[in-house]
Amino acid sequence: MKTAAKSIWVFGDYRNYFQNRVTLQLIARAKELAPAIGAEVCALVLGHNVDEYVGEYIAHGAAKVYVSDHPALANYNVETYAFLTQHLIAEYHPEIFLVGATWFGREFAPRVAKALKTGLTADCIDLNINEKGLLVQTAPSFGGNLLAEIVTPEARPQMATVRPGTFAELPHNYQAEGEILRIPLPENMPAPKVRLIRSERLPQREQRLEDADIVICGGRGMGSKTKFKKLLELARMMDAEVGATRPVVYADWISHDALIGQAGRHISPKILFSFGISGAIQHTAAIHDADFIIAVNKNPNATMMKIADVAIVADASQVCSALIRELKQRIRN
Amino acid sequence: MSMLKLIVCMKQVPLVSELPWDSRTGTLKRELADGMMNPACKHALEAALTLKLRYGAHITALTMGPPMAEEILREAAAMGADRGILLSDRRMAGADTLITSYTLACAIRKQCPDFDLILCGCYTSDSETAQVGPQLAEELDIPGVAYVEDLELKGRTLVMQRESDDFLETLEMDLPGLVTISTRKFAPRYPSLAGLQDAFDHADIVTLRAEDLDADLSSIGLKASPTKIVKVSSPTAEKRNIVLKGAVKKVVDDLFEQFGDRLSGAMGKDLKSHEHEESGEEE
Ligand SMILES: Cc1cc2nc3c(=O)[nH]c(=O)nc-3n(C[C@H](O)[C@H](O)[C@H](O)COP(=O)(O)OP(=O)(O)OC[C@H]3O[C@@H](n4cnc5c(N)ncnc54)[C@H](O)[C@@H]3O)c2cc1C
Ligand SMILES: Nc1ncnc2c1ncn2[C@@H]1O[C@H](COP(=O)(O)O)[C@@H](O)[C@H]1O
Repeated sequence: MKTAAKSIWVFGDYRNYFQNRVTLQLIARAKELAPAIGAEVCALVLGHNVDEYVGEYIAHGAAKVYVSDHPALANYNVETYAFLTQHLIAEYHPEIFLVGATWFGREFAPRVAKALKTGLTADCIDLNINEKGLLVQTAPSFGGNLLAEIVTPEARPQMATVRPGTFAELPHNYQAEGEILRIPLPENMPAPKVRLIRSERLPQREQRLEDADIVICGGRGMGSKTKFKKLLELARMMDAEVGATRPVVYADWISHDALIGQAGRHISPKILFSFGISGAIQHTAAIHDADFIIAVNKNPNATMMKIADVAIVADASQVCSALIRELKQRIRN
Repeated sequence: MSMLKLIVCMKQVPLVSELPWDSRTGTLKRELADGMMNPACKHALEAALTLKLRYGAHITALTMGPPMAEEILREAAAMGADRGILLSDRRMAGADTLITSYTLACAIRKQCPDFDLILCGCYTSDSETAQVGPQLAEELDIPGVAYVEDLELKGRTLVMQRESDDFLETLEMDLPGLVTISTRKFAPRYPSLAGLQDAFDHADIVTLRAEDLDADLSSIGLKASPTKIVKVSSPTAEKRNIVLKGAVKKVVDDLFEQFGDRLSGAMGKDLKSHEHEESGEEE
């Protein structure tokens, strides 16, 4: 038996490193959790020629990095990565294993959890340690406005996925020292059953909503597709971007790309206008970085109105029209 | 090659995503929810029907859920599935994804061990965990690929296209295997009225209970699930905020008066102020 200290592992998801900060965000959160269970924070890096990322993870707070660097790992492959991870976890027994909810992470984490017969909570919006030293995984639940706190009392590791943007990364410190453990490929590693034939990088997704200073977000309370379209006109006048809630993209009032929420984009504008939105957790989880929220809703008790800085009790589409009229008069040409 | 055997795993989900919560009993008011076939599962079925049309296939629709979930199997039959299997048993209820995938795998091993391909939705609208598909592949020890947008069979090899984290990938695997189908392609067909009627009268549907699965009874249901819910709450973050109400015109004027500067700063545009203009102070 190893008597190593407890550890919290974070999966090093370095693909799209510069856009994808979720690993750094998880390392930062893990460091906050670690003292409560006397653990050290470790990153796991699988791939080929990945030393650059090992350095980045140490600079952002990892005390130790397990790295397996091998040509056979050059491509992100769910099967081989899950196989290797499962073996490393069985050897080093981390208490907690956190994975960013990228597309890869969402396919990879369930397989690791299954192989280790442990629990996995998807899309946590908060992580804490309780008085028993268990990881409390807070996630939206029951389809609506409820938060469930979930624990995995016995099985190990305690696993969770977290969407990018949920936590904030630590500033880097290239003087930081960390231990690097190089792991050879196990001899019995099977050839992957899924073969990658071709992989093509798609053009960078536009980040206009993420980068916008003003976002105008509309919900079901806009009433109709025609009325919703008025938000686009308002947005043009303000140089703003338009976002939407899930029922709105499902109804095809706007493209799915505009979805704001746990299943869509995470925004951090200076001003967020929220028109006819109730404020379900799956939506609000992605707007908490907005500096200033102006909500319009007929119902003064809607959650969105409680978390807004300015709550306007009125018809959403009428306020939108009135704003357009006002701006026409007020904007200097 | 003998006829392709396809299994489509599907789940019934509430029609509305926000069910009212009974604060007294601490449960969802499920009775208020009409069920429907989870949209992504419909796309998975459509993908199976596409394969059936191209290569010929036998399609089994499989669901675990309350007795009412039988409705989606009838709907699947109306769309073109050949038979339905409902796993319904109180002892199975409350399963998390680990246990759901185990239970589905038991049924598959027992009822259709010679399957070629399992198709799942990429996620369910009520949980969106997207975990059951990958975990089912792991449980059955078969290759699996998530978010598939296009598939083609070459002999016993399935060639797939999918998007994952800004990469467009072409992948292949030998059958048997599992895919989860993205909702971007395979727009589901509408069943014909006659098909629906026929499905309600004649569909081949069996209901199985825990004993029928050769499942380890201590490995199914809520108790076996490694995750436990310890608390449910509704978030009540409240800000001390400014409430504006009254006539729309007045409200909008108030907004500009109080926050015009902030707005104009964020917009990067100057905004005229009405009062000044009206009193003629503005040049
Ligand atoms: C697994 C899962 C993932 C999800 N992911 C997301 C996600 O990423 N993003 C997302 O947005 N949602 C997501 N949802 C859905 C989310 O739970 C809510 O259902 C959704 O955000 C509600 O959208 P809404 O506020 O537009 O509609 P509603 O909840 O119907 O709210 C409409 C609001 O408009 C108000 N209103 C009505 N008429 C007017 C009027 N004339 N003028 C002014 N106000 C009016 C009402 O008072 C109400 O507050 C997800 C759900 C699940 C189960
Ligand atoms: N109870 C169930 N019965 C049958 N299939 C299911 C069930 N739950 C989930 N699935 C399958 O797994 C997919 C993903 O579900 P989820 O992991 O809940 O997001 C669904 O689209 C279904 O194909």
